[in-house]
Amino acid sequence: MAAVMEARACATAEPIVSVRGLTKTYANGFSALKGIDLDIRRGEIFALLGPNGAGKTTLISIICGIVNASSGSVVADGFDNVREFRGARARIGLVPQELHTDAFETVWATCNFSRGLFGFKPNPAHVEQVLKDLSLWDKRNDKIMTLSGGMKRRVLIAKALAHEPSILFLDEPTAGVDVELRHDMWNVVRRLRERGVTIILTTHYIEEAEEMADRVGVILKGEIILVEDKATLMQKLGKRELNLHLCERLESVPEMLADLKLELDAAGTLLIYRFDALSESTGISELLNRLAAQGIGFRDLRTSESTLEEIFVSLVRERA
Amino acid sequence: MNWLAIAAIYKFEMSRWFRTIGQSVASPVLSTSLYFIVFGAAIGARMGAIDGVAYGAFIIPGLMMLSILNESIGNASFGIYFPKWSGTIFEILSAPVSWGEMLLGYVGAATTKSMLLGALILVTARVFVPYEIAHPFWMLCFLLLTAASFSLFGFLIGIWADSWEKLQTIPMLVITPLTFLGGAFYSIDMLPSPWRELTFFNPVVYLISGFRWSFYGVSDVQIEISLAAILGFLTACILTARWMILSGYRLKR
Repeated sequence: MAAVMEARACATAEPIVSVRGLTKTYANGFSALKGIDLDIRRGEIFALLGPNGAGKTTLISIICGIVNASSGSVVADGFDNVREFRGARARIGLVPQELHTDAFETVWATCNFSRGLFGFKPNPAHVEQVLKDLSLWDKRNDKIMTLSGGMKRRVLIAKALAHEPSILFLDEPTAGVDVELRHDMWNVVRRLRERGVTIILTTHYIEEAEEMADRVGVILKGEIILVEDKATLMQKLGKRELNLHLCERLESVPEMLADLKLELDAAGTLLIYRFDALSESTGISELLNRLAAQGIGFRDLRTSESTLEEIFVSLVRERA
Repeated sequence: MNWLAIAAIYKFEMSRWFRTIGQSVASPVLSTSLYFIVFGAAIGARMGAIDGVAYGAFIIPGLMMLSILNESIGNASFGIYFPKWSGTIFEILSAPVSWGEMLLGYVGAATTKSMLLGALILVTARVFVPYEIAHPFWMLCFLLLTAASFSLFGFLIGIWADSWEKLQTIPMLVITPLTFLGGAFYSIDMLPSPWRELTFFNPVVYLISGFRWSFYGVSDVQIEISLAAILGFLTACILTARWMILSGYRLKR
């Protein structure tokens, strides 16, 4: 607990990653990043959100040295990532989105390879601990090609942690993995954060950002359009929908229910009620009582939450 | 200097080679043996000595070069092309590894493999023909320089290639003909004009000639020119590799 408190205290200190005026224009003229300014605080979990093609992976790739920037600068833990690339890169671990792993190497060999590649002396005890944390210890002598997709994802995380990075980038770490593995990964991320590792993750899942992040940044079409504390953002994103499939068609929303901001679909058989899930009263029971009083019956009801992408797209539309 | 990274890449590349040791060793030994049987024993028996060297022994340096050039290029080009193709290159690019360290790891391993192969061919040749090495030190120097420079050249091809087809194109369409026409099986003097003069534009001529000199003390071109040519080629390859890695040419997007 003390470690958590310490990590949270550290999160307010000077940025561990500082991105200034970063642009990237590809050879085909596509402008992937348009002047990104971003500070990541030491010890925080930062979720970078945005739809496909927004520039998340490009931004991470430039910080990690995989893609050259067109202009701008990146400083990681005090080291410029071009002029002082050794200092910067030794502190960064990257788990890529795609499952890029060797096929014929064993789990143990590939993790030790990663450690050496980053200039760290062999430390079997550390690699063992990493593999145990990720439930890979039993698989240490298996060739990577024999592992399932989920296991390969763990191997990539283990490789990224083999050199004890202080900054960890997780690019869509839970894309395409099952629920159990997703929760396992969240636990691993939490433990890392308790040890003071700064974590930057990109994700599509609102649940993930909600569960994990201290702060959230939104990137869209190569621009950071929003950086906020999660709690603040969740109030904006915490909208839910209750869909009521009516037994009988309505011409319009009855006047007696007009104050509830209901919507009726074009067919007149679906009543949509939007509510704030975080507020003390959602108003659902009142709505149901009043529907009963009006004699409006429904066959089915279900709640849904807007996906993050939908919310962000609407956010952007609002801004436009 | 990130020696641990160099060691990691080197070890990784060597273990890849040892995983397929049968194929890595058997294939060149078999092909060299066939060359000796056909050219050395069957045809060579009917041929006179060239520059005072029996034909069977005369072709040893050329055959070694033929194998070493192909293996150096094949090994080093695959070594860097495969991670590019599979995507695992991201780890090398994101690691605190300089262009020189990357070269030492990848090219160092490919060079080692070629040197081991050279030794193996030399041993195999002994089974078929007797030979002497007049200048063992220079023989090793030429072997090392050739293996290193062509491994580097292979490394460049591996970065340049963006398909498996291209990866095969240069070794198949360029190196093999140049080696065959570079005096592996004959002395340049045996060629009629203007082929003899044209041959001097073939860089492999200088390698084989210098290498043969280290064996038998006879050469088609001056030994200093051979040495200068190979050092020049090595330098050009290093500079090109440096530019490719630093600019991210076909490595980074």
